[in-house]
Amino acid sequence: MTAIVAHSAPARWWHSRAVNRFMRHHLALLGIAMITLLVLACAIGPYALPYDSLHIDLRARFAPPLTGHHYLGTDPLGRDLAVRLLMAGRVSLAVGFSAMLLSTLIGTLVGVTAGYRGGWVGAALMRTVDGFLSYPSIFLVLALAATLRPSPVMIAVIIAVTSWMETARIVEAEVRSLREREFVQAARMVGLSRAHIMFREILPNAMGPIIVAASLAVARAILLEAYISFLGYGIQPPLPSWGNMLNGAQQYLASAPWLAIIPGAAITMAVTSFNFIGDGLRDALDVRNDHI
Amino acid sequence: MSAFLLNRLLQSIVLLVIVSIIGFTVLNLMPGGPLAQFGLDPGMTQKDVERLAAQLGLNRPLWIQYLDWAWRLIQGDWGHSFRDGSAVLSVVGHHLLATLLLMGTSTALAIAAGTWIGIRGATHRYSLFDYCATVGAMVALSVPTFWFGLIGIYIFTLKLGWVPAGNMYTIGDGSVLDYLHHLILPSLVLSLVHVAIWSRYMRTATLDALSQDFIKTARAKGVSERRILLKHVIGNALLPMITLAGMQLPSILTGALVTETVFTWPGMGRLFLDSLGYSDYPVVMGLLIFSAILVVLGNLIADIVIATVDPRIRLA
Repeated sequence: MTAIVAHSAPARWWHSRAVNRFMRHHLALLGIAMITLLVLACAIGPYALPYDSLHIDLRARFAPPLTGHHYLGTDPLGRDLAVRLLMAGRVSLAVGFSAMLLSTLIGTLVGVTAGYRGGWVGAALMRTVDGFLSYPSIFLVLALAATLRPSPVMIAVIIAVTSWMETARIVEAEVRSLREREFVQAARMVGLSRAHIMFREILPNAMGPIIVAASLAVARAILLEAYISFLGYGIQPPLPSWGNMLNGAQQYLASAPWLAIIPGAAITMAVTSFNFIGDGLRDALDVRNDHI
Repeated sequence: MSAFLLNRLLQSIVLLVIVSIIGFTVLNLMPGGPLAQFGLDPGMTQKDVERLAAQLGLNRPLWIQYLDWAWRLIQGDWGHSFRDGSAVLSVVGHHLLATLLLMGTSTALAIAAGTWIGIRGATHRYSLFDYCATVGAMVALSVPTFWFGLIGIYIFTLKLGWVPAGNMYTIGDGSVLDYLHHLILPSLVLSLVHVAIWSRYMRTATLDALSQDFIKTARAKGVSERRILLKHVIGNALLPMITLAGMQLPSILTGALVTETVFTWPGMGRLFLDSLGYSDYPVVMGLLIFSAILVVLGNLIADIVIATVDPRIRLA
């Protein structure tokens, strides 16, 4: 049995057509490179820099970039911006990733259930999806964040419970079309349980769209975290996040524009990378959908 | 047509019921429920809070509370602001116009720019322009709206001094020109993301329209490319965009909230944040529900418009 499986598997996964196509997608490769760079910088950088992210130095307030060892300047409390940016990156990227994992999990569960069961269960679930989609996401996130005592974990949960709907829609459509295929009918005839058919037979065949949606979900989660932290309801200081670093930046825009420019550029870089990667994955995995 | 209308209307009502259930759940998720802010008041004992809960009917089963709450919503009784006691619906109404002005202007800008970019990208497929538009759209979708706003203020207000940094009008002026002057930067900022989305969809829609048989027929008849584009392609490509405009409403409202904060624009978004700051939950809840109703109605209107313009939809 093992011998047969080994034979029928494709030569090497990295020789597959999908990987080939992905490697030809220059923007996606650029995205991978930028994200790798960002993650490495955030992981290692804080140890390499001579400052602590919480170290206040009132004699060095508002130092512009490239002042001494303050490569990106300092903030209104004289804290080093470079080290804060990298520490904030850890928080923002971690929140983005965990929110993506959770929202993909919720979206997939709802989508598979709705798509496979159909009937009134499916209808009820999909109308709930429509209901959530009717709310402008930031209103819902802010209302929840303002009342639920925001910690990084809570922020990730709040972002996830307000952004699983796209995945659910994509998965539902995919599962609905797979449901009537021969291999599913065969599985039903063999007498496999409903859960087994849903998650072991159908789900692996719907992975392509889920992976694409997940990569775009990271981008959206990072943006959403930045929005609410910028507005003061996300990650709370002294813990830095890219969004809350921008929180007070507007009032110093004339005297210290780097306070606004630098964290925003980091957000844009991270989000652009994930959007590029998502685009490359969509081409590589041949996922057709009408979303951007 | 009337069967189609009735069907869509029923769907919207069902959706509104679901939307209201979600909103009610959020309301009750708030720690301590709707009376949370009294828990922090040292002048109130636990007994006082319980008495108040009984008085307001908060000790009844949840589903009865929901029905009661929903019935009041329908009657227009959305509660009163904790801040000044004025009716929530009228507070929201006061801020609606400013938001609609901002959203309308930026949507018009986005449609104009996005349509042009999308059509040009489709007719000059794989050209340098098309490539730049594609990459540019993806980057534009990744820029946080508030950051774009801050950069805009830095360049156009602080460095060039062309436009004001915020507010809707100058106190003591308030002429139409003054309003327009204040409107330029925020509406441009808000439109960026939507130019990106709109141009991507428009490009796809134009390519779809260009591959239709009637275009080949027109070409075979010797109709000029320009005329084909203007008469046959744009009309057909713009149709699905009506639905898109409806679908984009939630994200426009999200963008509006952020833009209004950066530019101190006195709309619903600013009101929402101010009310959050004051823990003015009746107004927060009112705005939450109101924005969702706006979205449901916007989609309904988009569907009705497209069914009126395109007979294929209502007959299908």
